[in-house]
Amino acid sequence: MTGVVEPLLFVAATAPGDADIAFNSPVETLYLIASFLFILGLRGLTAAHTARRGLILAELGMVFAIWGTVIHPDIMAHLEIAGFFQTYKWILLTFFIGSAIGIAISALIPMTRMPERIALSHAFGGLAAALVGVSEYYREQVVAGHMDQTTMAAIGFEVLFGGLTFTGSLMAFGKLSGLIPGRNITWPLQNQSNILMFGGTFVLLVLVTIDPSNQVLFYAVAAMPLLLGILFVAPIGGADMPVVITLLNSYAGLAASATGFALGNNVLIIAGALDGASGFILSVVMSKAMNRSFRNVLFGAFGKVDEEDAAKAAAGGDRVQEASVGDAAMLLSGAGSVIVCPGYGMAVAQAQHVVGELAEILEANGTQVRYAIHPVAGRMPGHMNVLLAEAKIPYTSLMELEEINEDFKHTDVALVVGANDVVNPAAKHNPASSIYGMPVLNADLARSCIVLKRSMRPGFAGIENELFFAPNTVLTFGDAKDTLEKVVEALR
Amino acid sequence: MLEIFLGLYIFMLAAFVGYGVIKGVPALLHTPLMAFTNAISGISLVGSLVAAGAHYNDVSTVLGAIAVLCATINVVGGFWITDRMLRMFKKQEPKAGADGEAAS
Repeated sequence: MTGVVEPLLFVAATAPGDADIAFNSPVETLYLIASFLFILGLRGLTAAHTARRGLILAELGMVFAIWGTVIHPDIMAHLEIAGFFQTYKWILLTFFIGSAIGIAISALIPMTRMPERIALSHAFGGLAAALVGVSEYYREQVVAGHMDQTTMAAIGFEVLFGGLTFTGSLMAFGKLSGLIPGRNITWPLQNQSNILMFGGTFVLLVLVTIDPSNQVLFYAVAAMPLLLGILFVAPIGGADMPVVITLLNSYAGLAASATGFALGNNVLIIAGALDGASGFILSVVMSKAMNRSFRNVLFGAFGKVDEEDAAKAAAGGDRVQEASVGDAAMLLSGAGSVIVCPGYGMAVAQAQHVVGELAEILEANGTQVRYAIHPVAGRMPGHMNVLLAEAKIPYTSLMELEEINEDFKHTDVALVVGANDVVNPAAKHNPASSIYGMPVLNADLARSCIVLKRSMRPGFAGIENELFFAPNTVLTFGDAKDTLEKVVEALR
Repeated sequence: MLEIFLGLYIFMLAAFVGYGVIKGVPALLHTPLMAFTNAISGISLVGSLVAAGAHYNDVSTVLGAIAVLCATINVVGGFWITDRMLRMFKKQEPKAGADGEAAS
Protein backbone atom coordinates (compact mmCIF):
# COMPACT_ATOMS: atom_id res chain seq x y z
CA MET A 1 0.00 0.00 0.00
CA THR A 2 2.51 2.57 1.16
CA GLY A 3 5.88 2.86 -0.47
CA VAL A 4 7.84 2.33 2.73
CA VAL A 5 10.85 0.23 1.90
CA GLU A 6 12.66 -1.20 4.85
CA PRO A 7 16.43 -1.06 4.60
CA LEU A 8 16.51 -4.79 5.23
CA LEU A 9 14.22 -5.56 2.38
CA PHE A 10 16.55 -5.98 -0.55
CA VAL A 11 19.70 -7.13 1.18
CA ALA A 12 19.65 -10.61 -0.24
CA ALA A 13 17.72 -9.94 -3.40
CA THR A 14 20.31 -11.79 -5.42
CA ALA A 15 19.93 -15.04 -3.46
CA PRO A 16 20.27 -18.13 -5.62
CA GLY A 17 17.22 -19.70 -7.25
CA ASP A 18 14.38 -21.00 -5.16
CA ALA A 19 15.26 -24.50 -4.04
CA ASP A 20 11.62 -25.44 -3.30
CA ILE A 21 10.92 -25.50 -6.99
CA ALA A 22 13.92 -27.66 -7.81
CA PHE A 23 12.81 -31.25 -8.22
CA ASN A 24 14.67 -33.78 -6.18
CA SER A 25 13.82 -37.38 -6.99
CA PRO A 26 15.12 -39.19 -3.86
CA VAL A 27 13.18 -36.80 -1.65
CA GLU A 28 10.04 -37.08 -3.79
CA THR A 29 10.26 -40.87 -3.82
CA LEU A 30 10.42 -41.01 -0.05
CA TYR A 31 7.45 -38.63 0.16
CA LEU A 32 5.49 -40.79 -2.27
CA ILE A 33 6.07 -43.89 -0.14
CA ALA A 34 5.10 -41.93 2.97
CA SER A 35 1.82 -40.76 1.40
CA PHE A 36 0.98 -44.30 0.32
CA LEU A 37 1.62 -45.61 3.83
CA PHE A 38 -0.51 -42.89 5.44
CA ILE A 39 -3.54 -43.79 3.34
CA LEU A 40 -2.99 -47.50 3.88
CA GLY A 41 -2.63 -46.87 7.61
CA LEU A 42 -5.90 -44.94 7.75
CA ARG A 43 -7.59 -47.83 5.97
CA GLY A 44 -6.49 -50.06 8.81
CA LEU A 45 -8.56 -47.99 11.21
CA THR A 46 -11.78 -49.09 9.53
CA ALA A 47 -11.83 -52.20 11.73
CA ALA A 48 -10.74 -52.69 15.31
CA HIS A 49 -8.65 -55.79 14.64
CA THR A 50 -6.60 -54.14 11.86
CA ALA A 51 -6.23 -50.77 13.59
CA ARG A 52 -2.87 -51.37 15.21
CA ARG A 53 -1.40 -52.68 11.98
CA GLY A 54 -2.61 -49.48 10.33
CA LEU A 55 -0.93 -47.45 13.01
CA ILE A 56 2.38 -49.18 12.42
CA LEU A 57 2.13 -48.50 8.68
CA ALA A 58 1.50 -44.82 9.36
CA GLU A 59 4.45 -44.68 11.75
CA LEU A 60 6.62 -46.21 9.07
CA GLY A 61 5.28 -43.59 6.66
CA MET A 62 6.30 -40.87 9.08
CA VAL A 63 9.83 -42.27 9.23
CA PHE A 64 10.04 -42.07 5.44
CA ALA A 65 8.68 -38.52 5.43
CA ILE A 66 11.21 -37.38 8.01
CA TRP A 67 14.02 -39.21 6.23
CA GLY A 68 13.04 -37.49 3.00
CA THR A 69 13.13 -34.15 4.74
CA VAL A 70 16.47 -34.33 6.50
CA ILE A 71 18.03 -34.88 3.08
CA HIS A 72 16.11 -31.89 1.64
CA PRO A 73 18.41 -30.05 -0.79
CA ASP A 74 18.32 -26.83 1.25
CA ILE A 75 19.49 -28.69 4.34
CA MET A 76 22.12 -30.63 2.36
CA ALA A 77 23.45 -27.37 0.97
CA HIS A 78 23.92 -26.13 4.49
CA LEU A 79 25.43 -29.44 5.57
CA GLU A 80 28.25 -29.02 3.05
CA ILE A 81 29.13 -25.60 4.38
CA ALA A 82 28.57 -25.98 8.11
CA GLY A 83 29.02 -29.64 8.93
CA PHE A 84 26.74 -32.17 10.61
CA PHE A 85 26.51 -30.72 14.08
CA GLN A 86 25.85 -27.14 13.03
CA THR A 87 23.19 -28.26 10.58
CA TYR A 88 21.22 -30.68 12.66
CA LYS A 89 21.72 -29.30 16.16
CA TRP A 90 18.37 -27.49 16.34
CA ILE A 91 16.52 -30.32 14.69
CA LEU A 92 17.98 -32.91 17.04
CA LEU A 93 17.56 -30.84 20.18
CA THR A 94 13.94 -29.89 19.55
CA PHE A 95 13.12 -33.35 18.27
CA PHE A 96 14.32 -34.97 21.47
CA ILE A 97 12.64 -32.47 23.75
CA GLY A 98 9.43 -32.69 21.71
CA SER A 99 9.46 -36.49 21.81
CA ALA A 100 10.00 -36.47 25.55
CA ILE A 101 7.11 -34.06 26.11
CA GLY A 102 4.87 -35.92 23.67
CA ILE A 103 5.53 -39.30 25.27
CA ALA A 104 5.19 -37.92 28.78
CA ILE A 105 1.79 -36.38 28.04
CA SER A 106 0.53 -39.39 26.13
CA ALA A 107 1.69 -42.01 28.59
CA LEU A 108 0.49 -40.26 31.72
CA ILE A 109 -2.79 -38.60 30.81
CA PRO A 110 -5.86 -40.45 32.08
CA MET A 111 -8.33 -41.63 29.43
CA THR A 112 -11.06 -39.46 30.91
CA ARG A 113 -9.04 -36.39 29.89
CA MET A 114 -8.62 -37.44 26.29
CA PRO A 115 -10.67 -34.52 24.92
CA GLU A 116 -8.26 -32.06 26.56
CA ARG A 117 -5.30 -33.94 25.15
CA ILE A 118 -6.74 -33.84 21.64
CA ALA A 119 -7.60 -30.13 21.91
CA LEU A 120 -4.07 -29.38 23.07
CA SER A 121 -2.53 -31.30 20.20
CA HIS A 122 -4.64 -29.33 17.72
CA ALA A 123 -3.22 -26.20 19.32
CA PHE A 124 0.33 -27.44 18.79
CA GLY A 125 -0.44 -28.39 15.21
CA GLY A 126 -1.93 -24.99 14.46
CA LEU A 127 0.98 -23.19 16.08
CA ALA A 128 3.53 -25.21 14.14
CA ALA A 129 1.82 -24.39 10.84
CA ALA A 130 1.52 -20.70 11.68
CA LEU A 131 5.18 -20.50 12.71
CA VAL A 132 6.39 -22.18 9.54
CA GLY A 133 4.26 -19.68 7.61
CA VAL A 134 5.80 -16.68 9.33
CA SER A 135 9.25 -18.20 8.98
CA GLU A 136 8.74 -18.65 5.22
CA TYR A 137 7.43 -15.14 4.81
CA TYR A 138 10.40 -13.77 6.70
CA ARG A 139 12.83 -15.74 4.57
CA GLU A 140 11.35 -15.02 1.17
CA GLN A 141 9.90 -11.56 1.58
CA VAL A 142 11.69 -9.81 4.40
CA VAL A 143 15.19 -11.17 3.79
CA ALA A 144 15.23 -12.18 0.13
CA GLY A 145 12.87 -9.40 -0.89
CA HIS A 146 10.68 -11.27 -3.32
CA MET A 147 7.69 -13.48 -2.96
CA ASP A 148 5.29 -14.48 -5.67
CA GLN A 149 1.58 -14.05 -5.16
CA THR A 150 0.61 -17.72 -5.22
CA THR A 151 3.08 -18.54 -2.44
CA MET A 152 1.81 -15.52 -0.56
CA ALA A 153 -1.79 -16.73 -0.82
CA ALA A 154 -0.76 -20.17 0.47
CA ILE A 155 1.15 -18.69 3.39
CA GLY A 156 -1.79 -16.42 4.10
CA PHE A 157 -4.15 -19.39 4.44
CA GLU A 158 -1.53 -21.19 6.45
CA VAL A 159 -1.23 -18.49 9.11
CA LEU A 160 -5.00 -17.93 9.01
CA PHE A 161 -5.95 -21.55 9.72
CA GLY A 162 -2.91 -22.10 11.91
CA GLY A 163 -3.59 -19.13 14.17
CA LEU A 164 -7.32 -19.82 14.35
CA THR A 165 -6.67 -23.44 15.28
CA PHE A 166 -4.03 -22.47 17.85
CA THR A 167 -6.05 -20.09 20.00
CA GLY A 168 -9.37 -21.78 19.29
CA SER A 169 -7.98 -25.08 20.53
CA LEU A 170 -6.42 -23.44 23.57
CA MET A 171 -9.86 -22.04 24.40
CA ALA A 172 -11.41 -25.47 23.92
CA PHE A 173 -8.68 -26.94 26.13
CA GLY A 174 -9.36 -24.31 28.79
CA LYS A 175 -13.08 -25.01 28.76
CA LEU A 176 -12.67 -28.78 28.86
CA SER A 177 -10.18 -28.68 31.70
CA GLY A 178 -12.20 -26.15 33.66
CA LEU A 179 -9.59 -23.38 33.51
CA ILE A 180 -12.17 -21.25 31.72
CA PRO A 181 -15.86 -21.44 32.63
CA GLY A 182 -17.37 -24.09 30.38
CA ARG A 183 -20.63 -22.25 29.91
CA ASN A 184 -21.23 -20.11 26.87
CA ILE A 185 -19.73 -16.68 27.30
CA THR A 186 -21.83 -14.17 25.40
CA TRP A 187 -21.73 -10.48 24.66
CA PRO A 188 -23.90 -8.14 22.62
CA LEU A 189 -23.67 -8.27 18.81
CA GLN A 190 -21.31 -11.21 19.21
CA ASN A 191 -22.06 -13.04 15.99
CA GLN A 192 -22.16 -9.87 13.92
CA SER A 193 -18.82 -8.62 15.20
CA ASN A 194 -17.21 -12.06 14.81
CA ILE A 195 -18.36 -12.39 11.23
CA LEU A 196 -17.29 -8.83 10.48
CA MET A 197 -13.82 -9.50 11.87
CA PHE A 198 -13.52 -12.73 9.96
CA GLY A 199 -14.53 -10.95 6.76
CA GLY A 200 -12.03 -8.20 7.55
CA THR A 201 -9.23 -10.71 8.00
CA PHE A 202 -10.11 -12.28 4.70
CA VAL A 203 -9.96 -8.89 2.97
CA LEU A 204 -6.52 -8.31 4.49
CA LEU A 205 -5.48 -11.70 3.18
CA VAL A 206 -6.55 -10.74 -0.33
CA LEU A 207 -4.76 -7.39 -0.06
CA VAL A 208 -1.49 -8.93 1.10
CA THR A 209 -1.71 -11.45 -1.73
CA ILE A 210 -1.96 -8.57 -4.18
CA ASP A 211 0.99 -6.84 -2.55
CA PRO A 212 3.17 -9.37 -0.65
CA SER A 213 5.76 -6.70 0.18
CA ASN A 214 3.42 -5.00 2.64
CA GLN A 215 4.71 -6.39 5.90
CA VAL A 216 2.25 -4.59 8.15
CA LEU A 217 -0.59 -6.25 6.29
CA PHE A 218 1.04 -9.65 6.60
CA TYR A 219 1.56 -9.41 10.33
CA ALA A 220 -2.04 -8.25 10.69
CA VAL A 221 -3.15 -11.34 8.77
CA ALA A 222 -1.00 -13.44 11.09
CA ALA A 223 -2.30 -11.80 14.27
CA MET A 224 -6.03 -11.44 13.58
CA PRO A 225 -6.80 -15.18 13.52
CA LEU A 226 -5.30 -15.49 17.01
CA LEU A 227 -7.98 -13.14 18.28
CA LEU A 228 -10.66 -14.74 16.12
CA GLY A 229 -9.96 -18.21 17.53
CA ILE A 230 -10.66 -16.93 21.04
CA LEU A 231 -13.78 -15.02 20.05
CA PHE A 232 -15.25 -17.89 18.05
CA VAL A 233 -14.90 -20.54 20.73
CA ALA A 234 -15.77 -18.37 23.75
CA PRO A 235 -19.56 -18.42 23.13
CA ILE A 236 -19.72 -22.18 22.56
CA GLY A 237 -20.82 -24.20 25.59
CA GLY A 238 -19.09 -27.27 26.98
CA ALA A 239 -21.57 -29.79 25.60
CA ASP A 240 -21.05 -28.53 22.05
CA MET A 241 -17.34 -29.30 22.37
CA PRO A 242 -17.52 -32.45 20.22
CA VAL A 243 -18.39 -30.28 17.22
CA VAL A 244 -15.79 -27.65 18.05
CA ILE A 245 -13.01 -30.19 18.50
CA THR A 246 -13.78 -31.95 15.24
CA LEU A 247 -14.01 -28.65 13.40
CA LEU A 248 -10.65 -27.55 14.79
CA ASN A 249 -9.30 -30.94 13.76
CA SER A 250 -10.37 -30.11 10.24
CA TYR A 251 -8.77 -26.64 10.40
CA ALA A 252 -5.50 -28.11 11.68
CA GLY A 253 -5.51 -30.32 8.61
CA LEU A 254 -6.19 -27.41 6.29
CA ALA A 255 -3.36 -25.48 7.91
CA ALA A 256 -1.00 -28.39 7.24
CA SER A 257 -2.22 -28.57 3.65
CA ALA A 258 -1.66 -24.85 3.16
CA THR A 259 1.86 -25.35 4.48
CA GLY A 260 2.29 -27.94 1.76
CA PHE A 261 1.21 -25.42 -0.89
CA ALA A 262 3.56 -22.79 0.49
CA LEU A 263 6.53 -25.14 0.47
CA GLY A 264 5.59 -27.05 -2.68
CA ASN A 265 5.52 -30.20 -0.56
CA ASN A 266 3.07 -32.88 -1.72
CA VAL A 267 3.19 -35.19 1.28
CA LEU A 268 2.13 -32.27 3.43
CA ILE A 269 -0.76 -31.46 1.11
CA ILE A 270 -1.93 -35.08 1.23
CA ALA A 271 -1.56 -35.58 4.98
CA GLY A 272 -3.32 -32.26 5.59
CA ALA A 273 -6.15 -33.21 3.25
CA LEU A 274 -6.61 -36.53 5.06
CA ASP A 275 -6.73 -34.78 8.41
CA GLY A 276 -9.09 -32.14 7.05
CA ALA A 277 -11.42 -34.77 5.59
CA SER A 278 -11.42 -36.71 8.85
CA GLY A 279 -12.29 -33.63 10.89
CA PHE A 280 -14.99 -32.72 8.41
CA ILE A 281 -16.63 -36.15 8.49
CA LEU A 282 -16.56 -36.27 12.27
CA SER A 283 -18.08 -32.83 12.63
CA VAL A 284 -20.89 -33.79 10.25
CA VAL A 285 -21.48 -36.94 12.31
CA MET A 286 -21.55 -34.89 15.51
CA SER A 287 -23.90 -32.27 14.12
CA LYS A 288 -26.27 -34.92 12.83
CA ALA A 289 -26.25 -36.66 16.19
CA MET A 290 -27.37 -33.38 17.75
CA ASN A 291 -29.80 -32.66 14.95
CA ARG A 292 -28.23 -29.25 14.48
CA SER A 293 -26.50 -27.53 11.63
CA PHE A 294 -22.93 -26.22 11.82
CA ARG A 295 -24.30 -22.74 11.75
CA ASN A 296 -26.51 -23.47 14.71
CA VAL A 297 -23.62 -24.83 16.76
CA LEU A 298 -21.23 -22.03 15.87
CA PHE A 299 -23.68 -19.19 16.15
CA GLY A 300 -26.10 -21.19 18.28
CA ALA A 301 -29.10 -19.81 20.06
CA PHE A 302 -28.77 -22.40 22.82
CA GLY A 303 -27.36 -19.92 25.31
CA LYS A 304 -30.47 -17.80 25.52
CA VAL A 305 -33.05 -20.54 25.98
CA ASP A 306 -30.89 -22.05 28.68
CA GLU A 307 -31.72 -19.92 31.68
CA GLU A 308 -35.51 -19.93 31.43
CA ASP A 309 -35.82 -23.64 30.91
CA ALA A 310 -33.33 -24.36 33.63
CA ALA A 311 -35.45 -22.36 36.04
CA LYS A 312 -38.57 -24.20 34.90
CA ALA A 313 -36.85 -27.52 35.38
CA ALA A 314 -35.73 -26.65 38.87
CA ALA A 315 -39.27 -25.64 39.79
CA GLY A 316 -41.10 -28.65 38.38
CA GLY A 317 -38.86 -31.50 39.41
CA ASP A 318 -40.53 -33.30 42.30
CA ARG A 319 -42.52 -36.23 40.96
CA VAL A 320 -39.60 -38.60 40.48
CA GLN A 321 -39.37 -42.02 42.10
CA GLU A 322 -36.23 -42.37 44.08
CA ALA A 323 -34.57 -45.74 44.51
CA SER A 324 -32.07 -46.69 47.17
CA VAL A 325 -28.85 -48.49 46.31
CA GLY A 326 -30.47 -51.69 47.55
CA ASP A 327 -33.48 -51.25 45.26
CA ALA A 328 -31.20 -50.63 42.29
CA ALA A 329 -29.11 -53.71 43.12
CA MET A 330 -32.25 -55.81 43.36
CA LEU A 331 -33.58 -54.60 40.04
CA LEU A 332 -30.25 -55.37 38.39
CA SER A 333 -29.84 -58.81 39.94
CA GLY A 334 -33.29 -59.81 38.74
CA ALA A 335 -32.67 -58.66 35.19
CA GLY A 336 -32.01 -61.02 32.30
CA SER A 337 -30.68 -58.28 30.10
CA VAL A 338 -29.18 -54.87 30.86
CA ILE A 339 -28.19 -52.03 28.55
CA VAL A 340 -25.86 -49.42 30.01
CA CYS A 341 -26.22 -45.87 28.62
CA PRO A 342 -23.09 -43.94 29.56
CA GLY A 343 -22.72 -40.17 29.32
CA TYR A 344 -20.28 -37.42 30.19
CA GLY A 345 -21.17 -37.88 33.87
CA MET A 346 -19.46 -41.26 33.76
CA ALA A 347 -16.24 -39.61 32.63
CA VAL A 348 -16.50 -36.89 35.26
CA ALA A 349 -17.06 -39.43 38.03
CA GLN A 350 -14.40 -41.74 36.51
CA ALA A 351 -16.94 -44.50 36.91
CA GLN A 352 -15.94 -46.62 33.91
CA HIS A 353 -13.98 -49.20 35.92
CA VAL A 354 -16.76 -49.83 38.38
CA VAL A 355 -19.18 -50.12 35.45
CA GLY A 356 -16.89 -52.88 34.21
CA GLU A 357 -16.92 -54.59 37.62
CA LEU A 358 -20.68 -54.43 37.79
CA ALA A 359 -20.95 -55.94 34.32
CA GLU A 360 -18.64 -58.76 35.35
CA ILE A 361 -20.83 -59.65 38.31
CA LEU A 362 -24.03 -59.46 36.30
CA GLU A 363 -22.59 -61.54 33.51
CA ALA A 364 -21.46 -64.17 35.98
CA ASN A 365 -25.14 -64.32 36.99
CA GLY A 366 -26.09 -65.02 33.40
CA THR A 367 -27.32 -61.50 32.65
CA GLN A 368 -26.61 -60.14 29.18
CA VAL A 369 -24.89 -56.74 29.49
CA ARG A 370 -24.45 -54.40 26.54
CA TYR A 371 -23.66 -50.73 26.14
CA ALA A 372 -25.50 -48.18 24.02
CA ILE A 373 -23.15 -45.42 22.89
CA HIS A 374 -24.74 -42.24 21.63
CA PRO A 375 -22.45 -40.44 19.16
CA VAL A 376 -22.33 -37.24 21.24
CA ALA A 377 -22.15 -38.86 24.66
CA GLY A 378 -19.08 -37.28 26.21
CA ARG A 379 -16.99 -34.40 24.97
CA MET A 380 -15.55 -35.84 21.77
CA PRO A 381 -16.41 -38.50 19.22
CA GLY A 382 -15.76 -41.98 20.57
CA HIS A 383 -15.06 -40.73 24.10
CA MET A 384 -17.25 -43.35 25.82
CA ASN A 385 -15.83 -46.21 23.75
CA VAL A 386 -12.30 -45.44 24.86
CA LEU A 387 -13.30 -45.20 28.51
CA LEU A 388 -15.20 -48.49 28.45
CA ALA A 389 -12.39 -50.18 26.56
CA GLU A 390 -10.05 -48.96 29.30
CA ALA A 391 -12.28 -50.74 31.81
CA LYS A 392 -11.55 -53.94 29.85
CA ILE A 393 -15.03 -54.16 28.40
CA PRO A 394 -14.82 -56.00 25.08
CA TYR A 395 -15.58 -53.72 22.14
CA THR A 396 -17.96 -56.30 20.75
CA SER A 397 -20.51 -55.30 23.40
CA LEU A 398 -20.21 -51.56 22.68
CA MET A 399 -23.14 -50.82 20.38
CA GLU A 400 -23.86 -47.80 18.24
CA LEU A 401 -27.20 -46.09 18.54
CA GLU A 402 -28.73 -47.55 15.38
CA GLU A 403 -27.50 -51.03 16.20
CA ILE A 404 -29.14 -51.29 19.58
CA ASN A 405 -32.01 -48.83 19.68
CA GLU A 406 -34.60 -51.41 18.63
CA ASP A 407 -33.46 -53.78 21.39
CA PHE A 408 -34.40 -51.57 24.33
CA LYS A 409 -38.01 -52.71 24.23
CA HIS A 410 -36.94 -56.31 24.84
CA THR A 411 -34.55 -55.32 27.61
CA ASP A 412 -35.22 -55.61 31.32
CA VAL A 413 -33.15 -52.73 32.67
CA ALA A 414 -31.64 -49.66 31.04
CA LEU A 415 -28.94 -48.28 33.33
CA VAL A 416 -28.25 -44.61 32.63
CA VAL A 417 -24.86 -43.55 33.98
CA GLY A 418 -24.33 -39.82 33.81
CA ALA A 419 -26.23 -39.31 30.57
CA ASN A 420 -29.13 -36.92 30.23
CA ASP A 421 -30.18 -35.32 26.96
CA VAL A 422 -29.15 -38.33 24.87
CA VAL A 423 -31.84 -40.40 26.64
CA ASN A 424 -34.56 -37.75 26.70
CA PRO A 425 -37.69 -39.11 24.97
CA ALA A 426 -38.95 -35.56 24.42
CA ALA A 427 -36.65 -35.47 21.39
CA LYS A 428 -38.90 -38.08 19.80
CA HIS A 429 -42.37 -36.65 20.33
CA ASN A 430 -42.31 -33.12 21.71
CA PRO A 431 -41.88 -30.56 18.91
CA ALA A 432 -41.65 -27.79 21.51
CA SER A 433 -38.47 -29.24 22.97
CA SER A 434 -35.21 -27.62 21.90
CA ILE A 435 -33.72 -31.04 21.23
CA TYR A 436 -36.71 -32.24 19.20
CA GLY A 437 -35.55 -34.38 16.27
CA MET A 438 -32.22 -35.32 17.82
CA PRO A 439 -31.72 -39.09 17.71
CA VAL A 440 -31.86 -40.46 21.26
CA LEU A 441 -31.39 -43.80 22.97
CA ASN A 442 -34.72 -45.52 23.69
CA ALA A 443 -33.94 -46.00 27.37
CA ASP A 444 -37.59 -45.16 28.11
CA LEU A 445 -38.74 -48.29 26.28
CA ALA A 446 -36.89 -50.72 28.53
CA ARG A 447 -39.06 -52.53 31.08
CA SER A 448 -37.47 -50.46 33.79
CA CYS A 449 -34.87 -47.77 33.80
CA ILE A 450 -32.39 -46.84 36.52
CA VAL A 451 -30.92 -43.38 36.26
CA LEU A 452 -27.78 -42.57 38.25
CA LYS A 453 -27.69 -38.86 38.77
CA ARG A 454 -25.88 -36.39 40.93
CA SER A 455 -28.82 -34.03 41.38
CA MET A 456 -31.94 -32.88 39.58
CA ARG A 457 -29.94 -30.38 37.55
CA PRO A 458 -30.90 -30.45 33.86
CA GLY A 459 -28.48 -31.45 31.11
CA PHE A 460 -26.65 -29.30 28.60
CA ALA A 461 -29.73 -28.30 26.67
CA GLY A 462 -31.09 -26.96 29.96
CA ILE A 463 -34.36 -28.77 29.57
CA GLU A 464 -36.48 -31.12 31.59
CA ASN A 465 -35.92 -34.81 30.94
CA GLU A 466 -39.23 -36.67 30.65
CA LEU A 467 -37.49 -39.95 31.23
CA PHE A 468 -36.99 -39.10 34.90
CA PHE A 469 -40.73 -38.82 35.45
CA ALA A 470 -41.76 -41.95 33.59
CA PRO A 471 -43.58 -44.58 35.69
CA ASN A 472 -40.97 -47.25 34.91
CA THR A 473 -38.00 -45.04 35.82
CA VAL A 474 -36.29 -44.84 39.18
CA LEU A 475 -33.53 -42.40 40.11
CA THR A 476 -30.64 -43.10 42.41
CA PHE A 477 -28.97 -39.89 43.49
CA GLY A 478 -25.29 -39.51 44.24
CA ASP A 479 -21.91 -39.68 42.58
CA ALA A 480 -22.12 -42.36 39.88
CA LYS A 481 -18.92 -44.04 41.02
CA ASP A 482 -19.94 -44.17 44.69
CA THR A 483 -23.38 -45.46 43.88
CA LEU A 484 -22.10 -48.17 41.57
CA GLU A 485 -19.48 -49.24 44.09
CA LYS A 486 -22.22 -49.70 46.65
CA VAL A 487 -24.35 -51.60 44.15
CA VAL A 488 -21.41 -53.88 43.38
CA GLU A 489 -20.92 -54.49 47.09
CA ALA A 490 -24.59 -55.28 47.58
CA LEU A 491 -24.51 -57.78 44.71
CA ARG A 492 -21.41 -59.59 45.94
CA MET B 1 1.35 -21.38 -11.41
CA LEU B 2 1.59 -24.98 -12.68
CA GLU B 3 2.86 -26.02 -9.24
CA ILE B 4 -0.19 -24.58 -7.53
CA PHE B 5 -2.56 -26.34 -9.91
CA LEU B 6 -0.80 -29.65 -9.47
CA GLY B 7 -1.04 -29.05 -5.74
CA LEU B 8 -4.76 -28.35 -6.00
CA TYR B 9 -5.30 -31.59 -7.93
CA ILE B 10 -3.38 -33.50 -5.29
CA PHE B 11 -5.34 -31.82 -2.53
CA MET B 12 -8.67 -32.56 -4.17
CA LEU B 13 -7.90 -36.20 -4.84
CA ALA B 14 -6.42 -36.75 -1.39
CA ALA B 15 -9.48 -35.15 0.21
CA PHE B 16 -11.78 -37.54 -1.68
CA VAL B 17 -9.63 -40.54 -0.83
CA GLY B 18 -9.60 -39.43 2.79
CA TYR B 19 -13.35 -38.96 2.77
CA GLY B 20 -13.93 -42.40 1.26
CA VAL B 21 -11.58 -44.21 3.61
CA ILE B 22 -12.49 -42.41 6.81
CA LYS B 23 -16.23 -42.79 6.15
CA GLY B 24 -15.63 -46.48 6.90
CA VAL B 25 -14.12 -45.90 10.34
CA PRO B 26 -16.63 -47.10 12.97
CA ALA B 27 -17.76 -44.76 15.76
CA LEU B 28 -16.00 -47.14 18.11
CA LEU B 29 -12.65 -45.87 16.85
CA HIS B 30 -13.42 -42.18 16.43
CA THR B 31 -11.22 -41.04 19.30
CA PRO B 32 -8.21 -43.06 18.12
CA LEU B 33 -8.94 -41.72 14.62
CA MET B 34 -8.61 -38.15 15.86
CA ALA B 35 -5.34 -38.88 17.63
CA PHE B 36 -4.13 -40.73 14.55
CA THR B 37 -4.90 -38.03 11.99
CA ASN B 38 -3.50 -35.51 14.41
CA ALA B 39 -0.22 -37.41 14.46
CA ILE B 40 -0.17 -37.63 10.68
CA SER B 41 -0.83 -33.94 10.21
CA GLY B 42 2.07 -33.35 12.55
CA ILE B 43 3.79 -33.94 9.25
CA SER B 44 4.08 -30.15 9.19
CA LEU B 45 7.16 -31.33 11.05
CA VAL B 46 8.49 -31.79 7.55
CA GLY B 47 8.03 -28.11 6.79
CA SER B 48 9.48 -27.00 10.08
CA LEU B 49 12.48 -29.32 9.77
CA VAL B 50 13.53 -27.56 6.59
CA ALA B 51 13.10 -24.19 8.24
CA ALA B 52 15.11 -25.31 11.26
CA GLY B 53 17.81 -27.15 9.34
CA ALA B 54 18.48 -25.01 6.29
CA HIS B 55 19.63 -21.99 8.31
CA TYR B 56 18.27 -19.43 5.89
CA ASN B 57 18.53 -16.82 8.65
CA ASP B 58 18.23 -16.63 12.44
CA VAL B 59 14.56 -15.72 12.61
CA SER B 60 13.52 -18.54 10.30
CA THR B 61 15.73 -20.96 12.23
CA VAL B 62 14.30 -20.06 15.63
CA LEU B 63 10.69 -20.10 14.41
CA GLY B 64 11.38 -23.38 12.64
CA ALA B 65 12.92 -24.89 15.76
CA ILE B 66 9.88 -24.00 17.87
CA ALA B 67 7.69 -25.47 15.15
CA VAL B 68 9.71 -28.71 15.17
CA LEU B 69 9.13 -28.88 18.92
CA CYS B 70 5.35 -28.47 18.57
CA ALA B 71 5.10 -30.84 15.64
CA THR B 72 7.23 -33.50 17.30
CA ILE B 73 5.01 -33.44 20.37
CA ASN B 74 2.11 -34.17 18.03
CA VAL B 75 3.76 -36.82 15.92
CA VAL B 76 5.42 -38.82 18.67
CA GLY B 77 2.73 -38.14 21.28
CA GLY B 78 -0.08 -38.75 18.78
CA PHE B 79 1.21 -42.13 17.67
CA TRP B 80 1.98 -43.10 21.25
CA ILE B 81 -1.48 -42.30 22.56
CA THR B 82 -3.23 -43.88 19.57
CA ASP B 83 -1.33 -47.06 20.31
CA ARG B 84 -2.21 -46.81 24.00
CA MET B 85 -5.88 -46.55 23.12
CA LEU B 86 -5.90 -49.25 20.48
CA ARG B 87 -4.21 -51.69 22.84
CA MET B 88 -7.20 -51.34 25.16
CA PHE B 89 -9.75 -52.44 22.58
CA LYS B 90 -10.24 -56.13 23.21
CA LYS B 91 -12.58 -58.64 21.65
CA GLN B 92 -14.91 -60.76 23.72
CA GLU B 93 -12.88 -63.50 25.34
CA PRO B 94 -14.14 -66.92 24.25
CA LYS B 95 -14.25 -68.43 27.72
CA ALA B 96 -16.94 -67.04 30.02
CA GLY B 97 -16.22 -68.74 33.34
CA ALA B 98 -12.50 -68.83 34.18
CA ASP B 99 -10.93 -65.43 33.66
CA GLY B 100 -8.35 -65.38 36.44
CA GLU B 101 -5.20 -65.85 34.37
CA ALA B 102 -6.14 -64.00 31.21
CA ALA B 103 -5.82 -60.60 32.88
CA SER B 104 -2.78 -58.47 32.04
